[in-house]
Amino acid sequence: MNIFEFIRDPSQIGPWFHQLLLSAGMQEWVANLIGDVIGVLLIVGAVLTSAIFLIWLERKIAARLQDRVGPNRAGPYGLLQTLADIVKLLTKEDVTPDGADRVSFNLAPALMVMQIIMVAAIIPISAGLIGANLSVGLLYFIAMSGIASIGALMAGWASNNKYALLGGFRVVAQLLSYEIPLAFSLLAAVIWTGTMATNNLAMQQGELLFGFIPGWNILVMPFAALIFFIATLAEGERAPFDLLEAESEIVAGPNIEYSGLKFAWFYLQFFVNSLLLACIFTTVFLGGWQGPFVDQFPLLGIVYFFVKSLLVLLALMWVRATYPRLRIDQMMTFCWKVLVPVTLVVVLIVAIGARITPDRSINAVIISGANIVALLVTLGIIGRSLRRDVQRRKAALPGRSTAQV
Amino acid sequence: MEFTFLHVIFLAVAGFTLLCGLGVVVSRNLFHSAIWLIGAFAGVAAIYWLLEAEYLAIAQIMIYIGAIATLIVFAIMLSRGMMIGRAKMNNFQAGISAVVGILLFALLAFILLQVEWPVVQQAVVADPIPMMGQAFVTTYVIPFQVIAVLLSVALVGAIMIARER
Repeated sequence: MNIFEFIRDPSQIGPWFHQLLLSAGMQEWVANLIGDVIGVLLIVGAVLTSAIFLIWLERKIAARLQDRVGPNRAGPYGLLQTLADIVKLLTKEDVTPDGADRVSFNLAPALMVMQIIMVAAIIPISAGLIGANLSVGLLYFIAMSGIASIGALMAGWASNNKYALLGGFRVVAQLLSYEIPLAFSLLAAVIWTGTMATNNLAMQQGELLFGFIPGWNILVMPFAALIFFIATLAEGERAPFDLLEAESEIVAGPNIEYSGLKFAWFYLQFFVNSLLLACIFTTVFLGGWQGPFVDQFPLLGIVYFFVKSLLVLLALMWVRATYPRLRIDQMMTFCWKVLVPVTLVVVLIVAIGARITPDRSINAVIISGANIVALLVTLGIIGRSLRRDVQRRKAALPGRSTAQV
Repeated sequence: MEFTFLHVIFLAVAGFTLLCGLGVVVSRNLFHSAIWLIGAFAGVAAIYWLLEAEYLAIAQIMIYIGAIATLIVFAIMLSRGMMIGRAKMNNFQAGISAVVGILLFALLAFILLQVEWPVVQQAVVADPIPMMGQAFVTTYVIPFQVIAVLLSVALVGAIMIARER
């Protein structure tokens, strides 16, 4: 096989390398082991180094959105700022607070980073170019976020600091609550595409509805995609849902007591987690690596995938840079009283719509229409209840103007 | 029997699980016990994975680590004094529980060694998830529905109990 074949279809490189090892006289399991270890190292390396770029990107974009300049001193456009920060974090003193539980204190950042590395394994960046195309892919993604909440709780408890513990409690409450709309909106996509394996999900969305409309899930179920996006903001611990690091209330969340490199791990988890959530959004709702001519040149899939993922990430950053933080009771109310019932309705719509006629294209139109109707009805109900709330408060406070209530 | 690479992994995982299980009972701090328990759950999930039961492994992680372990940790944190204080290892029931424990172990070992376990020489189905989903809504639809109703009742009941009046 020549180099052009690789460039055309990068997913060939794994089987080719395996054959190479076998032809060198290795046993099957040794070749498998070497291939797997290289794959793991590649994913770990990609995850850990992507944070350097992501942190710069987030700071720069947030600064531009807020009419600031952002990092601009170290290197062109401040590109080397993160490297400078890494050096700073490396040379800082590694403090373990008095009375901290040493084992849990040191284990917590490792668990946080473990979660992102595990999730990175199921991201298909091109046709067949994936760490592990698990048949339970999306379930695996949800299971791993449980590990992050355990890590945050552990960090909060082990620091022997009341603010940190409160932050830990908030992380668990938030992640567990928002996991429900997250899982249900994914379930809607799974019912429609009929698979949980991430690569197959992306492949399924290559079908053309009526022969010319791309069958991306965001077109079929826009409301489910919106719910997933909101739940993503909460899972990624981003404003308006960044209650766990609310500086004005609980200082900085479960990672207050961490310094130096251990703090850097929390930081890294935050930024890479956002990228991975954007990647999952792309895979499930935006057709993953699907795009024009991807059948002839699978390499194009990588370009499409990263363009889409970075656009989703940009949307996440945009929301974070512009919206104020919610109160914790508002956040929980929104999840349990709005998102959870609404996702159940969406799952019902998709489950019924997927079987209503034998033609998938017509079903897609029905589901899509029902989704938009459900979205409008939901917005109407929320608007009415908010207006009623305002009127009730106005009635309770007769002397004041509406601007204050 | 041939000693393969899979055996090495199995022994490592099983050893890790047993070590974590031991940690649960011997650590004096309850929070540490909970962390060891998480390790033991993860070890069991890894054993399921070795048996190519991916779904079971993920369900194990999601339910036991994601939900039950979190619940246990919360229960420990909310019980006064248990978080920091060092729990006593034994109480007056130590003798009886030792006897019961040994008897239970003997019984399980006896069953494990005596029963002819049926072994089928067949590969695991490549993608069992659709088959499982079909089984849920055809053969096992009534148990599935009953469990769904039960869980909904539990959820609503929990909300009713927690509601302020």
